[in-house]
Formats: sequence, structure tokens, C-alpha cells
Amino acid sequence: MILMVVENSGGKISKSAYELASAARQLGREGDVVALVLGSAVGSVAAQAALIADQVLVADTSSLGQYDAELWAAAVAQIAREGGAHTILIAASRSGREYSPRVAVKLDAPLLEDVFTLEAVGGALQAERYSFLNRVTERIETDAPVAVVTVKPGAFAAARPASTPAEQFDVDLELPARRLAITGRTTQKSERISLTEAEIVVSGGRGVGSPQGFTELIEGLADQLGAAVAATRAVVDAGWRPYSEQVGQTGKTVQPKAYIAVGISGAVQHLSGMNKSAVIVSINKDADAPIFKITDYGVVGDVKQVVPAIIRELRK
Amino acid sequence: MRVLTIVRQVPDSEESLKITDGRVDHSGRKLVLDTMDEYGVEEALRLRESGVQAEIIALAVGPPQVEEALRTALAMGADRAVLVETEIALDVISLSSVVAQIAASEQAELILCGGQQADWDSHALGAAIAERLDWPQATWTSALTLKDHRITGVHDADDASESFEMPLPAVVTTQQGLNEPRYPTLPNIMRSRKKEIRREQLETFGVTAKLRVVGVEIQVKERLKKIVDGKDVAEAAEMLVNWLREEARVIA
Repeated sequence: MILMVVENSGGKISKSAYELASAARQLGREGDVVALVLGSAVGSVAAQAALIADQVLVADTSSLGQYDAELWAAAVAQIAREGGAHTILIAASRSGREYSPRVAVKLDAPLLEDVFTLEAVGGALQAERYSFLNRVTERIETDAPVAVVTVKPGAFAAARPASTPAEQFDVDLELPARRLAITGRTTQKSERISLTEAEIVVSGGRGVGSPQGFTELIEGLADQLGAAVAATRAVVDAGWRPYSEQVGQTGKTVQPKAYIAVGISGAVQHLSGMNKSAVIVSINKDADAPIFKITDYGVVGDVKQVVPAIIRELRK
Repeated sequence: MRVLTIVRQVPDSEESLKITDGRVDHSGRKLVLDTMDEYGVEEALRLRESGVQAEIIALAVGPPQVEEALRTALAMGADRAVLVETEIALDVISLSSVVAQIAASEQAELILCGGQQADWDSHALGAAIAERLDWPQATWTSALTLKDHRITGVHDADDASESFEMPLPAVVTTQQGLNEPRYPTLPNIMRSRKKEIRREQLETFGVTAKLRVVGVEIQVKERLKKIVDGKDVAEAAEMLVNWLREEARVIA
């Protein structure tokens, strides 16, 4: 069987579950697609999962109310073993990336990380992924009998839900005790569209000058375009913007239809988080800035003049 | 206590990449200690400076030239180093077995590891090591303190920043923001030359690679590079908006 772990939070199924279902269907390996739902009060998540899988296994228990890498890994490995899964699909979210290696070690299986294609080739499994800070595409292969795969968000189209739901089964899990205690939580909520889902991203670097400059120029332009807001590491380090908005090697990776880089010189670490964007737009005063080497449409000029002019132009 | 910091050597991110014989070719290229691992070495030093009695061991697995990255870690202040020599590019899950065996033989109680490796773009090493040793883990840590054999800190989760607490032994993966790594001073560079690097051979660890890389390709998307001078701001803005509306069709 192909086991897919259905990510969910706050009682809602995550978009990634539909993408995993697509990856599972396109894989070309035999076996049912079995969805595993882990959590507490996840009845509606399981009901939605039943429309994209051949079978749903549900562990709905208060002990799974809060995500934990060790618990999740134990649960997934147990179900994979009991069901004889040959392929285990996990979303490459922060949590997925964190517990999937544990699953691979438990099952003595290879881990194919952050893949954007996945196919059975003869008895082997092949996948493509990026490496070297998103600059190289690698094709990796394994012929191990069991493989753990994390799937890059947005790489597969969302599966269309069926009209008749698959059967659901409750499962009993042997879970270890928690060792990592979460003692506090700060959620960075934003009224804006999420950075990784937005079609347009407006991103600001140190060139915007100040936190106020960021608000006026970056948020101003984003408001006008209905876009998400992003920032470089330098801006986040300076405390102008929250870490949740950071794009780059140590932040988020985005692939929007248009990425508008304002006052960003273009360090490789930043480029690795956005260089797959369909269209890259840059505004920078330095014509020699590296960002212009990967720019489709650009303006060389003072961002404090150019951005307000663009906003005026858009309002016309 | 002993602290193990994992050190990896990666291409300088400012340098271009080339491919020879189906592999990314490092010959003639500048290789550096992975920035993510620098945070780990620095954090180990800071824990010691905060009063924790610790011996800091830097560990690398790779070809002989990885010694340079270990020397950097030693010059920053690590006490000694272990280099497991191999020309084989091991996958992360296999590599974690080597690290776990060294950690066990060194009786390490804390392992610091980069949150992402700049060559594999992998996030898996820390968690895989933790699983091998049956230790807890905290990933993407941005603050860390160690007291009475317990670690407290802050790390990034899916959509939130969380504060956490866990007992030792444990694995912690690092990220930008955790600290500002120090530059080795000249006296420390001189001193580090006398520090011990123990060499081991991969063959003695009984691991085989679980993944093969069957193709690599450098991704270069050709960009249009239509750049307008913004001296006349209104004209430049009009031109840009026009491109985005009429040509790229990315805005309404």
C-alpha cells in the first residue's frame, strides 16, 4: 500500500493532503492509497480524507492533540509496518521534514526529501529534487523495498475529491512518552494571504531604508496588488519584520507567478528561496546588483520614488 | 559533558557551480564550513562560556579536504575533531548511522547540527541522528540555554514560534538567528594547528548508501532582463506596469 499522512491543524485538513493524494495516484506503483489521520477531534479531517483515498485510518486521541516528532514518527512507522506499506508520503512542511527522518530510520528505509516529481521506474523509485540552495536539480533513485518520501508543497496539483467516501477505520497506536515539552507558543497571524500560497509576492530588503519605509512601500504595493509580503534575512535580523515573512535559505521557499523584489541586492541565500518564481520583478538603485541577473522586468532607481509611482500607476 | 558539533564542507555560496561526470564538481572551487554548522560550533562555545563544563568535539564525514572545515571549527574554539574519511557521497539516513556510532563511542550528551545542509538542501540529519540514538530533538532552534542537564529554548514550528524544554541527551538543529558566529583570531588559528584530528575510515562503520543520484542538472531559467532606467520615475513606473499587465499578464 501507499501510505499518505494527512496533515491537519485546528481541525482542518491541509492543502498538502490533496497534493499527496495526487502524487500517490501518479506514482505507478500497485496498492491502495491509505490515508492516515493523526490528531484530536479530527472527525471532519478524516471525512475529507475519505474523499481522496481508498481507505482512511484514524487515530483520534487526546494524546495526539499536539504535534510531536517522536509520537508522529512512532505512529507512522507502526502503521506502515502493520500495513506493509512500500511508499510512505509525507508533506515537506516544517513538521513533516522533522519527523520523516525518524520514520525512515525506524523502517531502515531511504528518505527522498522535498521531491517535486515521483515515479516508479521498473522496480525502482525515482524522484527529482533541488539541491545546492535550489540551484541544482538532482534525480535520485532507490530500489529499497520501502521508501519514505517528503513531497514539496505546491509541486503536485490538488486531487479532486470523489463523490463517495472511502471506508474509515480506527487504529490503536503504541505511542512513546513525550520528551520535548512545548511551554509556550507565539503564532504570527496575518490578515494577508499566506506567503507560500500567494500568486504575487512583494518582498523588501534593506534598500527600503527603515521599518516605516517597509510599511509604506512593501505593504503599500502589496495592498494594491492583493499580494503577500516577504522580507530578506537582513530585514528580519534588523527586527523590522517577523521571521515568518523571511524568504531564503533559512526562511520560506516561494514560487509565485510574480515575485517583486524591492531594494534587494540578491544574495544567493535569498535567491535560493525565490529563484523558481515564474516572473521576477526587481527595483533597485544599483544597476550592478546581482538581483538584476535573474530579473525579467526591472527598474533601476530609488525605491522611495519608484514604488509610489508604481502604486499611482496601478490606481489609474 | 561532551558536545558533538557536526561540520560539513560546502561550496562557497557566492561561487558558480559546474557539473562534471554527473556530479557537482568541487575542483578549483572554494569550499567553506557550512554556515548552518557554524551556528552549531558557536553555540557549543557559548554554552561553555555560560558556565557549562564541556568538551567540544567537531565531527565531519567526507573526503580528506574536509579537514579544512574542521580546522575552522578548531580555530573557533572546538577542543578536538574526528574526521571519518570517505569519497562516497552518503545519503543523510546512512550518514546518521556513522554520526550515532561516533556519538556513542564518545559518550556525547548533546549534538548540534545545522538545520539545513547547503549542498543537499536537506533538513533530515539532526532528526535521523536523534532517532538512531533514541534521543529527543529540537529543530530550527533560535535560542538555547542549558541548565541542570535540561535544555530550554525557542524553535520554529509549522506556523508558530515555540518555547520548549527537554532533557539531555538530545539533538539540537541550528538556524540563522541563534547566534553570530565568531571569526577565528590569529592566536587561535595558530593554537588550533596543534589540536588533534582523529581519522577514521568509513568502511569500519558498516553503512551503505540507500540512495543513488542518477542525474544532476544546473537549473538556469533564462530571464528576460528588461530593465528600464528610473530617472523619469513616472515613465519607468508606467512601462513596468504595462509589461506586467500586457506582456507577463501577472496583474489585472
